[in-house]
Amino acid sequence: MTIITRRQALIGGLAGGGLLLSGCSKILQADALTESASFQRVLAAAQAWTRSTQRLLLGRGAMAQEFGPSDISSHFKANGTYNPGGEWYDRQVAERFANWQLQIDGLVAHPLTLSVAELRRLPSRSQITRHDCVEGWSAIGGWTGVPLALLLHAADVRPSARFVVLHCADNLDGEPSKGGEQRPGQYYESIALEDAMHPQTLIAYAMNGKPLDVPHGAPLRLRVARQLGYKQAKYIRRIQLVNSFRAIAGGHGGYWEDLGYDWYAGI
Amino acid sequence: MLIQRTAGALAARRRSACVEPARDVIYRHAWPVRVTHWINALTLFILVGSGLNILNAHPRLYWGQKGSDFDHPFITLHAWPDWLTVPSYTDLADARHWHFFFAWVLVANAAVYLLWSFASRHIQRDLWPTRADLRAIPRSIRDHLALRHPTGEAAKRYNVLQRLAYLGLLTLVFGMVVTGLAMSPGLDAFAPWLVSALGGRQSARTLHFLFASSIVLFIAVHLTEVVLAGAINEVRSMITGRYTVPRERP
Repeated sequence: MTIITRRQALIGGLAGGGLLLSGCSKILQADALTESASFQRVLAAAQAWTRSTQRLLLGRGAMAQEFGPSDISSHFKANGTYNPGGEWYDRQVAERFANWQLQIDGLVAHPLTLSVAELRRLPSRSQITRHDCVEGWSAIGGWTGVPLALLLHAADVRPSARFVVLHCADNLDGEPSKGGEQRPGQYYESIALEDAMHPQTLIAYAMNGKPLDVPHGAPLRLRVARQLGYKQAKYIRRIQLVNSFRAIAGGHGGYWEDLGYDWYAGI
Repeated sequence: MLIQRTAGALAARRRSACVEPARDVIYRHAWPVRVTHWINALTLFILVGSGLNILNAHPRLYWGQKGSDFDHPFITLHAWPDWLTVPSYTDLADARHWHFFFAWVLVANAAVYLLWSFASRHIQRDLWPTRADLRAIPRSIRDHLALRHPTGEAAKRYNVLQRLAYLGLLTLVFGMVVTGLAMSPGLDAFAPWLVSALGGRQSARTLHFLFASSIVLFIAVHLTEVVLAGAINEVRSMITGRYTVPRERP
């Protein structure tokens, strides 16, 4: 006969309670479903519904709201990489980005290589827009840069191109505030060609009237209106026109996308 | 819809007249109400849980268009505990997947409910308060506070506080959808007037949280009333549609 001591009963009870609790979180809090790849595909359907609906409503031209100088955030929160660091980037900072080159290649008839000084001599656009982080906060900043459409026309994009991939100089370790899976990796992003051609899509070199500082992406960053903050790639070195981003890095079209975030960042 | 099919009940009453006064069983909730009710219950549960998980990425709320770590918050919250969130671990990407999928479910389910409810006059007849209902508000408040629940004929229709609470929930769900959409940078380009009307994107986010809190409050009161009014009878009526009318108080 087995005698169950009070201590054993207590331990058993606690273990049972723990199992019950973890069972609760598995089922009631949907952990098990969240971890299932096939169920994730069901949830991902919503991304397509949202994207098609917004495309339909917004069309190509709808402009993001622009603000006045008095609306600019006194401190624009920098997120993601604050400083790419490393010997190579530090040298670029010391040289004031005089030797930084922006390469435009991939599915284009005329690949281009431009210095920051050359970009500054091209027609520019200035806009004061709101930056909406996926985490929930917003900041308003003034941006000046070359419309990406102008660069893409100059490079003569081939008809087969569908996406613009932005390759960056920073390695990101993730961000604790977002939780979930965290993995270091080279930052990159991709946007649809129609968003790249939008008048408010800039390769920005100045913020609030001053050259971009290091935390905000010096010397060049993307500003793509109508999209969340993680699309606004910083420290851009290369713009690649592609037909598909499946072969690049994790294959989901961006650093955060490879960690499970939606490629369509209009919501 | 409070469809009253009392013929069967009357027959039953005649049969058992000698034994005891039989209780009316009425067909209280039509099937579209029952189906959309349970879809809505599941949907709100997931939306609140995943919403808290999303909020944990930045548990500060602001008023206006902008607001981040450097701005003065309107409401400062603490991270919500794991046992309240969907999924149970902090994961902004996964929580957003749940949230945006079930946001569509919420809208689709609400659309079905509203279309059916207007067409069948459920809203006009059962939810919209009559003048007599409105005059009875003080009495209804006293009855609710004294935990006195309607019996007999009065129990066959929604009381005025119930009507106002359900209409209030519909209004809150509408507010959730509007403030949710106003947070989307894509929709902001489509309807900047909507964002401005709400006071800005961060105000919309704050209102989204306050409306959600009101829905949680509604659920708490709703569940309490279900228990007080007789949990088995009430829950059964929302599953099978059949509701046993409580006997008239002597």
